[in-house]
Amino acid sequence: MPIPASILTLAAGILLALVSLWVGQNINLMPVAAADDASAVDALFKVLLSIGVGLLLGITAMLVVALIHFRRRDGDHLDGPAVEGNLPLEVFWTAVPAIVILILGVYSYDIYARMGGMADFNHHTSMAPQEVQQASLGHPADPETVIWGGIDHAEGMAFPVEVTAMQFAFIFHYPQQNFTTGELHLPLGQPVELRLKSNDVIHAFWVPEFRLKQDVIPGQPTLLSFTANRQGDYDIICAELCGAYHGGMRSKVVVEDPRNFEEWLVRNTPATVATAPDPSPTA
Amino acid sequence: MTTSALPASPHHREPNPMEPHHMDVQHHTPWYEYFGFSLDHKVIGIQYLVTGFFFYLVGGALAGMIRVELVTPLSDFMTRDTYNQVLTLHGTIMIFLWIVPVVNGAFGNYLVPFYVGARDMAFPRLNAVAFWMLPPAGFLLLSSYFIGGAAQAGWTAYPPLSITTPAVGQIIWIVSVLLLGGSSIFGAVNFIATVLKLRRPGLGLFQLPMFCWAMLGTSVLVVLATPVLAGALILLSMDIVAGTGFFNPALGGNAVVYQHLFWFYSHPAVYIMVLPAFGLVSEILPIHARKPLFGYRSMIYSILGIVFLGLIVWAHHMFTSGTPPWMRLFFTIATAIIAVPTGIKFFNWLATLWQGKLALNSALLFCCGFIFNFVFGGITGVALAQVPFDVHVHDTYFVVAHFHYIVFGGTVFVIFAAIYHWFPKASGRLLNEHLGRFHCLLSFLGFNICFFPQHWLGLNGMPRRVAEYDPQFQLINQISSVGALLLAISTLPFLINVVWSLWKGAPAGDNPWRACTAEWLTSSPPPVENWLHEAPLVTEPYDYGSAEDAMPVTTVQGRELWSAGR
Repeated sequence: MPIPASILTLAAGILLALVSLWVGQNINLMPVAAADDASAVDALFKVLLSIGVGLLLGITAMLVVALIHFRRRDGDHLDGPAVEGNLPLEVFWTAVPAIVILILGVYSYDIYARMGGMADFNHHTSMAPQEVQQASLGHPADPETVIWGGIDHAEGMAFPVEVTAMQFAFIFHYPQQNFTTGELHLPLGQPVELRLKSNDVIHAFWVPEFRLKQDVIPGQPTLLSFTANRQGDYDIICAELCGAYHGGMRSKVVVEDPRNFEEWLVRNTPATVATAPDPSPTA
Repeated sequence: MTTSALPASPHHREPNPMEPHHMDVQHHTPWYEYFGFSLDHKVIGIQYLVTGFFFYLVGGALAGMIRVELVTPLSDFMTRDTYNQVLTLHGTIMIFLWIVPVVNGAFGNYLVPFYVGARDMAFPRLNAVAFWMLPPAGFLLLSSYFIGGAAQAGWTAYPPLSITTPAVGQIIWIVSVLLLGGSSIFGAVNFIATVLKLRRPGLGLFQLPMFCWAMLGTSVLVVLATPVLAGALILLSMDIVAGTGFFNPALGGNAVVYQHLFWFYSHPAVYIMVLPAFGLVSEILPIHARKPLFGYRSMIYSILGIVFLGLIVWAHHMFTSGTPPWMRLFFTIATAIIAVPTGIKFFNWLATLWQGKLALNSALLFCCGFIFNFVFGGITGVALAQVPFDVHVHDTYFVVAHFHYIVFGGTVFVIFAAIYHWFPKASGRLLNEHLGRFHCLLSFLGFNICFFPQHWLGLNGMPRRVAEYDPQFQLINQISSVGALLLAISTLPFLINVVWSLWKGAPAGDNPWRACTAEWLTSSPPPVENWLHEAPLVTEPYDYGSAEDAMPVTTVQGRELWSAGR
């Protein structure tokens, strides 16, 4: 007795769902995650990968089956059936993708809000402790203190670092300790707030392991706040075409445990500032 | 039509004793007319196609240079300045001189008058002017490389970089893109007028082949969006030459406003490139599947939906720029929603193929390659619409892979399908199918080997537009370059096929594919004004399939049937 087509279709559908779920969960295409919200981005990516694999395999399978099963045999000059449409089917494949898209949209909005992408930047900076505002923004009356965008969930309480991008380097300034360096050091497990500005053209600050990227736009300071949660050295990559040496515009971020980080800060802090009140961000 | 009632030979038309045998009286278009200011829409279409293909070869050579540079992690094949010029020229040429002019100018001009039952476009002189803006703009752009260096700021030309790079190349780039945009607008006005006003009496809008709707939607996008790009580029040129500060932060300007204006055109530009391609696929598939186009009405509504949504998604290119948070939310959802009307079209095409009698020829196989590639690119597109994911992969090779799946794997595959499909009509000779299928296979393999691995590169930390990269990416880049080499080689069987078939190809006859639409109901190549007699009234362009009451194709033409469809 031949197996009914509906059973075969059902079996194929179940198999497809299992394969795409397995791929989404087990094929890792991302670099290691080194920031708190990176795992949320990776979880979103796994969902996207599962849906994508299922859709692509399903459509490809239908295409291949059609090409083999419905190919024109030699000598057959008849037409296929004159089917011009099928309303329930069309409603189905309009409604299902629409629902999936909306769920995905809400899901990614939730992640983005958790990362701090929906923060109101200029509200919190006025709430921030005076010394942070003074130190990190320089002159409070300066129009450049207006923050134009970015990602910030730390409510201005994070450890600040000023990042200046220029052709073709990143410069890091630690305002509380008042020193400048070419290599970004960050404390493990503590929220940090990068205040990014550009001296010439548009650059972008990207650390793949943090899953974070922010354009650094001249005239428009932006924030990028996150918590690094894995020790190690990671590349900082400029991701926006910024001129001839764009490909070489890289730097390094070192995530180290708070004690080593403190030592590094003290070692680099100029002597005059070392006598100032406790520079520790955790105070 | 009941093709079952027709003889097996492709030359199934019975000679009609009432009409003179048109081969006797037809006068061929003389060769030199293809080099002049011809007003014939078919000549202009072929002028667009050949010019576009020339620039495709130039842009492809530039792509080859990029892939050679990326074989090694060091910048060692050309200087860094030259590399940026090459990638700028590659993007600009492929978009503005190959895909947009070919899917719109070439196939739009060749087919739309046939489909509406007209003898030419509404404004033939404007049509010729639009084409003749193309070669000067293209050669101007190429010449900039030799006079002081081409533009180096990418095809996006973001200020302030585009203000600080050498001015001559950037200004020539702007003038050239303005000319090409103007040509595009002239063409679009012509298509709108032709589709709306030049339809043969008795032919309703909802009886038109899908390509007409695609051209109508595309042309609306061109007319609405291209002037915005023109405005932005004129302001940019003033920043460069006149020292104004519209986009220059050093003078109080705002660099992000340029990005809004640029993408207000350049995102719809994606649909300006793919909607006509969608239309072409909707024409090609039913003929080679011997079935009606599935879901005719829903295809039209999804075109209109794409046109509308296409205008309100531009800021998804700017998720990492300084945009207000609510904008990111709005543009995430608007962008992802476009997948719905687009998905409808793909499901409809699959349903068109299902249970058909598929002729596995080059045209159909290229369309199937297109479906696979575009679905892939669409899936990565929905992923890119999700802000948290986009923040990670924006401006990386993931994006490069994504948009090549859309514009190359999508649109360029359709251009080849369309060439295999309409070559017999335009030339009177068939292309060689063995070479054609070989071309399709090589293109599909080369394309996927070249661009599939680039997704991984982007996810793992390789930004786009770099001449040098982290050595850990070398192997994957080399695989990608091998794919690019295969792609380059795949052009050879095609070129050989075209040259050989023009000269010695098998005669095609008037209607080798037994198609219903009006361009097949005349000689191959068609006479100057398309039909020697009245334009045929084709009210059911997808009248394939074994319906009982259909009329054979011979009865739907001729003077006595002017009123047949009313």
